[in-house]
Amino acid sequence: MKTKLSITAIAVVLLAAVAFVYIKQAKANDPRDMPADVSVAVEPGPVTLTDPGRLVFRNEAPGPDHGKVASVSLADPQGPRRVGQLRCDRFYTAAGRGLCLADAPGPLPSATVAFTDAGLVSQKSVDIAGIPNRAKLSADGTVASWTTFVTGDSYARTGTFSTRTGIMTADEVDTNIEDMPLRVGGRQHRADDVNFWGVTVAADDRTFYATVATGGQTHLVKADQQAWQAETLRENVECPSLSPDGTRIAFKKRVAQDGARPWREHVLDLRTMVETPLAETRSVDDQVVWLDDRTIAYTLPGPEIWAVPADGSGAARLLVRHASSPSAGYASGPSSQLPTPSGSSSK
Amino acid sequence: MYIATARQSGPRQAGSSGRIVSANVIALGAVSLVTDISSEMVTAILPLYLVLGLGFSPLQFGILDGLYSGVTAFVRVIGGNVADRWQRRKLVAGIGYGVSALAKLGLIGAGGSASTLGAVLAADRTGKGLRTAPRDALISLSSAPDTVGRAFGVHRAMDTVGALLGPLVAFVLLWTVAGGYDVVFVVSFCFAVLGVLLLVLFVSDHSGPVKQAKDGVSLKAAFGLLRDAGFRRVCSWAVLLGLVTVGDSFVYLLLQSRLDIEPAYFAVLPLGTAAVYLTLAVPAGRVADKVGRWKMFLLGHVALFVAYIALLGAVDGVLMLCLVLLAHGAFYALTDGVLMAAATPLLPEKLRTSGMALLQTGQAVAKMISAVFFGMAWTVWGMQTAVIVSTVAFGLVVAVAWVRRAQR
Repeated sequence: MKTKLSITAIAVVLLAAVAFVYIKQAKANDPRDMPADVSVAVEPGPVTLTDPGRLVFRNEAPGPDHGKVASVSLADPQGPRRVGQLRCDRFYTAAGRGLCLADAPGPLPSATVAFTDAGLVSQKSVDIAGIPNRAKLSADGTVASWTTFVTGDSYARTGTFSTRTGIMTADEVDTNIEDMPLRVGGRQHRADDVNFWGVTVAADDRTFYATVATGGQTHLVKADQQAWQAETLRENVECPSLSPDGTRIAFKKRVAQDGARPWREHVLDLRTMVETPLAETRSVDDQVVWLDDRTIAYTLPGPEIWAVPADGSGAARLLVRHASSPSAGYASGPSSQLPTPSGSSSK
Repeated sequence: MYIATARQSGPRQAGSSGRIVSANVIALGAVSLVTDISSEMVTAILPLYLVLGLGFSPLQFGILDGLYSGVTAFVRVIGGNVADRWQRRKLVAGIGYGVSALAKLGLIGAGGSASTLGAVLAADRTGKGLRTAPRDALISLSSAPDTVGRAFGVHRAMDTVGALLGPLVAFVLLWTVAGGYDVVFVVSFCFAVLGVLLLVLFVSDHSGPVKQAKDGVSLKAAFGLLRDAGFRRVCSWAVLLGLVTVGDSFVYLLLQSRLDIEPAYFAVLPLGTAAVYLTLAVPAGRVADKVGRWKMFLLGHVALFVAYIALLGAVDGVLMLCLVLLAHGAFYALTDGVLMAAATPLLPEKLRTSGMALLQTGQAVAKMISAVFFGMAWTVWGMQTAVIVSTVAFGLVVAVAWVRRAQR
């Protein structure tokens, strides 16, 4: 018995050491604990959401500023970036306002979603459950929507997957829109497996599009937040993003049945319901943003921000390295000048 | 053959009810505690890892998951039978624990390959399927006939502590190391190895006189157990009750929609159930030994019936929350280990593992079917009607089971 206890004690120490060393090593790879990457140029100056012609994003460069909201000039996206003080996992700006979705510290996954003013100061914030995944504002910056992955549910059922999607305005918060009545193919649909994600709100601030998954199929839904009713339009559409003119939707379409990252970004014309695959052939797992009516931007693993024409022509080009969660709330209209695809495309 | 009762020193109360459970049961409890930390760590973060870490589509993941749910059912019966045939329960359980431990490393090695991941998850499930029945057979064989309920109570309480800690450990790790899924897998592997080691060192296989009686153990003989009226009755009622039981996830979903709980706290609800479960498991086992295990098993279902009634709106607010969690936890404490204890005297020692595997498989399949039906009822009738219909069906089955018990 004594020998057995000694063996156990030694084993516990050894296993604890293995775990500890591994954790330590993984911690060392935490970008926030790494020295700042000198190849990423930073210029002094505040991130102000009302500055025109700026691309706002989440700074992913290793170093103490990792995870903070940053911006670059849209005319020179690979030029120096300005880094703000606000830290978010997902950020979106429109009309000079911001939306910050950030992990909240604690043993159970939870997050905070907050409106910010142009100077990145949090205004109205709400605590929500889950791990940050998507965040978006309506074009006028008044309606916020977000999606988190909820993992606590796995206590209840082995291996379940669930999303939680909320919508917030200045005076109203709904942290879970899953109970919204849903019509699939014109018929009322009730199921316990309904999941909403990736909301994009139209110019009237009440109509929105989103993904709904139920019964093993994803759908594009059009919903009315005031009438509290949603209706499916089309299958195999995820993470829709409405164009500034409201006529098209960019979305990720599942093109492979198995394997990781099985998506191809498409644009759907809402008037003709014709969809066009974009020139980006790599799998885009993002709710893309429209920089203007002709260009969309998105995050690719790296992470890096890339852009591609919205009509299926041209080629993808790199905008910003070490960056994710792009948006350009004050892009200054259709005349905004993006760099031509020349030497800037390094990949 | 109850190793510890013989070895146990110190004051022993009069009568068998005062005896402490055998060291083998404590050892098995420790193995389960550590292993459950390991497996629940992975369970808690696996959907996240697959969807956020690897970029699988959530729907793909659902298919991947569903595909392997059936694996356990068959492996359990065959594994149980093999354990009986060799009379090597510890070995079969050990293989099960070992396979699951290796699967944790496989998760890191598989990377983004869907087919490899599928194989690794299937291996993990196989391991789980292999170990449950031999483990429960060992618990029953290591306890005096009149303390089996308590032994299972002690084991289940320890098991639940592990299940409670696992997700917390995983999320604390993920919080410490952002995106550190591999860290979770490595730590989970370490716990799993410790579990296997504890099993190898401290669990002794039952090796009484039945060791010689190897013949007469076959799959046919295992299914032949169902010819015994007593065991058949236990199995069929357990399956029938399983068929009308609403799955846990629905209970929490209903609680959430009824109470409008702050979503951040939603994840804590199952912890409430687990806390009640682990508190009541031992007393429930002790009482079951005295008043009758089958009676206790049915009482547990009465508790669940109370929870359903509460969910239907009999009470409201904090009272509803407390009542539902209390009743739900009590249901587990009064049924999970108690059922195995109830089956114990009905199964000959040489076929103990096979019998338990059969019973567990029947129950698991019944619960799977019930979840599908309840989901369909929800779709067709809506939530409220689905719950009413289920509650009525459940109440009827429990009532009939109770009456039949009284008549016996």
